[in-house]
Amino acid sequence: MKSTQAGNSLKRGLAAIATTFALYTGPAVAQEPIKIGSFLAITGPFAFLGDPENKTLELYVGKINAAGGVLGRKLQLIAYDSAGDAEKARTFTKRLIEQDKVDVIVGGTSTGETMAVIPLVEAAQIPFISLAGAVVIIEPVKKWVFKTPHTDRMACEKIFIDMQSRKLSKIALISGPGGFDKSMRAECLKLNKNYGIDVVADETYGGGDTDMTAQLTKIKNTAGVQAVLNPGFGQGPAIVTKNYGQLGITMPLYQSHGVASKEFIKLAGAAAEGVRLPAAALLVADDLPASDAQRSVVVSYKNEYESRFKSEVSTFGGHAYDGLLLAVEAMKKAGGTDKAKVRDALEGIRGYMGTAGMVNMSASDHMGLDLSAFRMLEVKGGNWTLVK
Amino acid sequence: MSAQFMQYLLTGFTVGAIYALVALGFSIIFNASHVINFAQGEFVMIGGMATVSLSAAGLPYLLAIPLAIAAAALVGLALEKFAVEPARGASVVTLIIITIGASIFLRGLAMLVWDKRFHALKPFTGDVPIAIAGATILPQSLWVIGVTLAIVLALSWFFGRTLLGKAMLATSHNRLAAQLCGINVRMVLFVSFGLSAALGAVAGILIAPITLTSYDVGVMLGLKGFAAAILGGLGSGVGAVVGGLALGIAESMSAGYLSSAYKDAIAFVIILAVLFFMPSGLFRKRGGDRV
Repeated sequence: MKSTQAGNSLKRGLAAIATTFALYTGPAVAQEPIKIGSFLAITGPFAFLGDPENKTLELYVGKINAAGGVLGRKLQLIAYDSAGDAEKARTFTKRLIEQDKVDVIVGGTSTGETMAVIPLVEAAQIPFISLAGAVVIIEPVKKWVFKTPHTDRMACEKIFIDMQSRKLSKIALISGPGGFDKSMRAECLKLNKNYGIDVVADETYGGGDTDMTAQLTKIKNTAGVQAVLNPGFGQGPAIVTKNYGQLGITMPLYQSHGVASKEFIKLAGAAAEGVRLPAAALLVADDLPASDAQRSVVVSYKNEYESRFKSEVSTFGGHAYDGLLLAVEAMKKAGGTDKAKVRDALEGIRGYMGTAGMVNMSASDHMGLDLSAFRMLEVKGGNWTLVK
Repeated sequence: MSAQFMQYLLTGFTVGAIYALVALGFSIIFNASHVINFAQGEFVMIGGMATVSLSAAGLPYLLAIPLAIAAAALVGLALEKFAVEPARGASVVTLIIITIGASIFLRGLAMLVWDKRFHALKPFTGDVPIAIAGATILPQSLWVIGVTLAIVLALSWFFGRTLLGKAMLATSHNRLAAQLCGINVRMVLFVSFGLSAALGAVAGILIAPITLTSYDVGVMLGLKGFAAAILGGLGSGVGAVVGGLALGIAESMSAGYLSSAYKDAIAFVIILAVLFFMPSGLFRKRGGDRV
């Protein structure tokens, strides 16, 4: 009895030693995956952003691995659902940095989440590519923080330029209570004078509001208004657009890139006809001329996404695509995953074509997009069309 | 100016009618159990979302709407049977907390069963605005106001003329006395959950074409409906309707004439002011406790 026990424990001991050796000498070390960390609002109020972002990351990590990975190593995606909550975003980012020991973070669906984790990534010195919109993320420049989507300031500029070309100089604003709405409203109110545009009415609506006809009636009856701008996000702009149609207002209506998905046209219905908004070329991928340098990138992403998930592509998923591929590009350039080298490589990326546009990073610009990355779109016949 | 006023009034009426329907749901359950059912907004959501998914599956409205209402009523009955009834010995506060838990649960469930997106329902009868004295109103708004009116009439008939309705009314006045008269108060509570869930669902379906619907649309509507019920006096049917309309019109008037940024604040200040002078709401009879 006793001897068998001793024999067993001896065998176990040998097995343990053998395993230890296998671990240290086996090929597993060379094959250790590159860890891409992410926290996204996969559920919650920003789910319509976070969900396509998450799907896109999964899709492309799978594709890159199938093609042999990066620098001979597989990618491993570690994604958490922050539900749009800044507090959760902080917790998950800590976990990504301290427990999961990721090499780079691509994530942060909303501006709130992104701003909450910036102190953490700066302290941990880890490259972080945010997928959120507001200009505060990259201004002032933070050493380790980059972002892929266009800013709200660019949206204001693009819209004001279009208004100028249509000789519209007196406009009304109507916006909601969300972070994006407020930030873009503030940016537009800072910039309007530069374009000779007067804001003659500035209305707001609440988060759960179901009817904006009162605010729009007030705008309609304000003397001199020539156009209405709705910097907004979520269902608010769809209701504004519906009410706009109901009241029979014929002035041009501008929306922001915050509603740049087919969903908006579906929700607003016939009232969406004629609405203009600035957005990435992704939405009009098939309409781009063959000569357009961005065409091949956006068409291929669109086809991949739509054939895999059987749902319409949105610019939000595109931001995640850009974030992931920029990270991969930087690692290839840096020749490894050394965090400081990857950061430097990210900052040095020039002439990279993504779904948002041509990316030219620099030490003073951690987004690298200019106004040419935005296209002015108009809804015609229930679809997006390019404004020529 | 008057066209503007008319527009604010019509807007207020449409929104107010919905608040009224939600408030009625609060009142019915409150009467039967003295519980404020914070899952009321979720019934609104279930009605709208179920209709969206049923009609997306190809069912005509004539079939989809009754089915959606039935589904919400079933959820209401299940809530009573499996969450409220097992705790019937507990205090009212405990029961209220149970309904809060149920509302969070139902919202999460809806997110899984359906999705996280906003959905639009096609209007019942066209999308062409109707002009009234310089203002415009959607045909769907007329549906909202008309159906609300019909429901209020039907409810007053139900509570005034049918045995079950009278039993519910009796229970609301004095639970113990009602029980001694042979009224099955547990049955009354059970029915009241089903009824107010169905009412909530009707509200959710009616407004889905105007306001869009999603898994979390019930939060804000539930809150506004609750405010309307408090304003009118919890437990009063007339109070719920008047409270709802008053809240809707106050909101749209203050958005139009004062400031849209403070319209919710103004509406709630009105409520606070009313409650300060009439603590039990506009229409609730003041009942003294006999010692």
